Amino acid sequence: MSNITDTDSLVTSAENPVSGIDQAAGNFKYDMTYDFDAGTGLTDRTVDYISEVKKEAPWIREFRQSALKTFFSKPLPTHWASRDLENINFDKIRYYLSQGQKPKRTWDEVPADIKRTFERLGIPEQERKFLAGVEAQFDSEAAYSNIKEAVSKQGVIFMNSTEGLREHPEIFRKFFGKVIPTGDNKFSALNSAVFSGGSFIYVPPGVKVSHPLQAYFRINAENFGQFERTLIICDEGSELTYMEGCTAPKFSTATLHSAVVELVALKGAKIQYITVQNWSSNVFNLVTKRGLAHEESEIKWIDCNIGSRLTMKYPGVVLKGRKARGEVISIALANDGQHQDTGAKMIHAADETTSTVVSKSISVGQGRATYRGVVHIPRHLKGCKNNTECDALLISTNSRTDTYPAITVRGDRHAVQHEASVSKVSAEQIFYMQQRGLTEGQAMSLSVNGFINDLARQFPMEYSVELKRLIDLEMEGSVG
Amino acid sequence: MSAATPTVRSATDLVGGFTAEAFARHLAGLPSAPLWWLERKRAAYALFESLPLPSRTDEGWRFSNISGVTLEGYSPAQGRPPFSSSPAPIAVESAATLFFAGGSPVGSAAVGADLVRKGVVVSTLSEALERHPELLREHFMAQPQKLGSAKFAALHEAFVQDGAFIHVPRGVEIEKPIVVVHSASGAGTAVFPHTLVIADDNARVTVVDLFVSTDETRQFACGANDLYAGHGAKVSYAAAQCWSHEALSLQFNSTVVRRDARVQSLNLHLGGRQARHESLSQLQAPGGFSEMLAVTVASGTREFDQRTLQIHQAPNTKSDLLYKNALLDKARTIFSGLIIVDPDAQKTDAYQSNRNLMLSDDAESNSLPGLEIQANDVRCTHGATSSRIDPEQEFYLKSRGIPPKAANELLIFGFFEEVLDRLESEELHAAFRTLIRTRIGA
Repeated sequence: MSNITDTDSLVTSAENPVSGIDQAAGNFKYDMTYDFDAGTGLTDRTVDYISEVKKEAPWIREFRQSALKTFFSKPLPTHWASRDLENINFDKIRYYLSQGQKPKRTWDEVPADIKRTFERLGIPEQERKFLAGVEAQFDSEAAYSNIKEAVSKQGVIFMNSTEGLREHPEIFRKFFGKVIPTGDNKFSALNSAVFSGGSFIYVPPGVKVSHPLQAYFRINAENFGQFERTLIICDEGSELTYMEGCTAPKFSTATLHSAVVELVALKGAKIQYITVQNWSSNVFNLVTKRGLAHEESEIKWIDCNIGSRLTMKYPGVVLKGRKARGEVISIALANDGQHQDTGAKMIHAADETTSTVVSKSISVGQGRATYRGVVHIPRHLKGCKNNTECDALLISTNSRTDTYPAITVRGDRHAVQHEASVSKVSAEQIFYMQQRGLTEGQAMSLSVNGFINDLARQFPMEYSVELKRLIDLEMEGSVG
Repeated sequence: MSAATPTVRSATDLVGGFTAEAFARHLAGLPSAPLWWLERKRAAYALFESLPLPSRTDEGWRFSNISGVTLEGYSPAQGRPPFSSSPAPIAVESAATLFFAGGSPVGSAAVGADLVRKGVVVSTLSEALERHPELLREHFMAQPQKLGSAKFAALHEAFVQDGAFIHVPRGVEIEKPIVVVHSASGAGTAVFPHTLVIADDNARVTVVDLFVSTDETRQFACGANDLYAGHGAKVSYAAAQCWSHEALSLQFNSTVVRRDARVQSLNLHLGGRQARHESLSQLQAPGGFSEMLAVTVASGTREFDQRTLQIHQAPNTKSDLLYKNALLDKARTIFSGLIIVDPDAQKTDAYQSNRNLMLSDDAESNSLPGLEIQANDVRCTHGATSSRIDPEQEFYLKSRGIPPKAANELLIFGFFEEVLDRLESEELHAAFRTLIRTRIGA
């Protein structure tokens, strides 16, 4: 049963030495037999199947069915977005695949194939080292979920959203779909119809979770769509750091990943949400992420996009309470055949709210990196501040970068500034380093790492090291 | 990302007062026009008729008040108005002056004999149609409409009555500015002002366009200007838009910059109920430089909508954009700018900056500063800010006993000075300051 297939190992050959290398770690798959399979294509029967398998309450099924109608009624946003979206064939995607709905609590219980997958990716090691809890999602459902006893004793709830809905409907229902309504966009509607998996976290008042919680998302099957739904609620004065990572093997056909992530920071809470996205280059990654920040709370998105074919993701913060703070730190690396369409949305809805956006993108070869942003400060507020900086680095002659911010300011009591610049690696720097005995590739890596260094430092150590390693690999042989 | 339900408009909505009959009347009023010109107009009218009005999901009209852009209730200016000697709203010593009222020429101060001898032409479009058809064919509305108003540009081409034609031959330099005054009067009137400037290789010319209304009625101005700067030419263009407070103004500017040429254009926006200005600069050959400047006093409930595009099509070109808006009362401004660097346009140096000075709690500014870069060896930067007057400066002036109104005026001028200062002609600089003062005082 467990035949490992290394897909597309040839891509890493000479004609483009950089493509493929980044995905090498995740580029393998297991031939699985799934106990639950919703089949190919999307109808209301698909939605019923998912709901039945999960033994959901009637309100959830209704929620899903109405979301499906919204999904069908909405057009693709191609009047402003990439036409590549038209290449998604919604009829050829498999919307639900799993081997069961109950995640394992100990590593030993996890089926061998899945265990090997995550071990190859280094997931349990991460946990043993320093994490407070780990969840690993394999296709549609969590295969493994565990939280350290000390943390759960503090009242912290950390489980996958399927369990969350079942065990804590009173918390879940109160916040679910409130930050990102079903009809927010076509893909949030799709997710609302077929969502499965994702994390559910509740941190009680005043609890500061000292170590990060981590989730890991893995796509194994071809033509699969992963639609996890994450909901994080930090009660008054609590603090949390959450990290997610993702990989998939490289298939010749397109895979779809469309998540919805909702964060709620109640008064004085702090949430830090870190993503390192390293999907293989056949994945459409269309994700809606938004946080609701109450009075004096803080939501910080650290969003790093290295993989995927097309990513469209604009993490946002709705600054709802006085003195709330929102921050987005975005790093995007676009290699040949990739389009990283990322950015941020800052919606100021209360006095004295502040937001910061720092975006750094690197385009290599024919890669395209896009920054798209919204800053909105409506009438009759006072003392709102936003600062946005976008820097783009273009490595090859015809690499591409775009910047499309939209800034609306009403009234004379705010301060908003936006700056962007585009540059290339300085030839003088490269020359200097080569003269000191570095190869051109090493010099290039060093230079690019320097470009993102001040952002990478904000990542937890492991991620920051990983990021540097990935960039080193991407830069190898990319000069000229 | 909201749902796209395009507003359904009826057929009359699509053309408003610019019906096929109105167009036939317009053509009948051009008995001496050459056949090719009429053909172009017919093609333009067909295009105008076929294109939809802007809708809510058009990116090129994002944030615009689309319901204000209606063609209902306007019709082309009729007949030749009597010569009106209403002087230009600014006093500058000019090399030549052309007056248009309702789109028809109503008088001129001809260009001096010495310049005529050198081959300089300052005439009306209708005269140029007889004498310089080849230049018109080549340059009149010859550039693509990329900023969202293709329908209205086609309307302009179909209904344009007359306009200014300025041709400066190779190597000829004109010191004093050439002034063109376009005026509109009467409620429901539509005017189609046009100014075409062709500077051949190494020529130098300054052109001033003035747009004025003789009464404060509801008018529609749909104007265009084409600037062409040949190799090594230097064109300075300054325009002051002072249409009626009730006017809807749509203006399309297109600039072509050839090798080592320099073009500076400065637009002062004061008038109109809703005014949209589209400006396209194409840097077609190495060494070209385009400087795009604008100053807007947005007061009352006016909306100023500025859309710009800097296209770098060749290596070693430079562009520099600075648009400053002062927002008072309940005014709205939209700035949407885009820098495009084509593949292989290496060594591009492009800058784009939009500054909004917020002077009222009810004013609203929208900025969309964009970049699309496809070459790596470039220097491209943009910035946008929206903020109030520096409280320290305000306090300083207050402590010196300067009344708040005067202090505000000083600070607004201080804010605009960075742009106005780039005008080479001091006379023009002073004249534009006077225009701004009357508007702020009003």
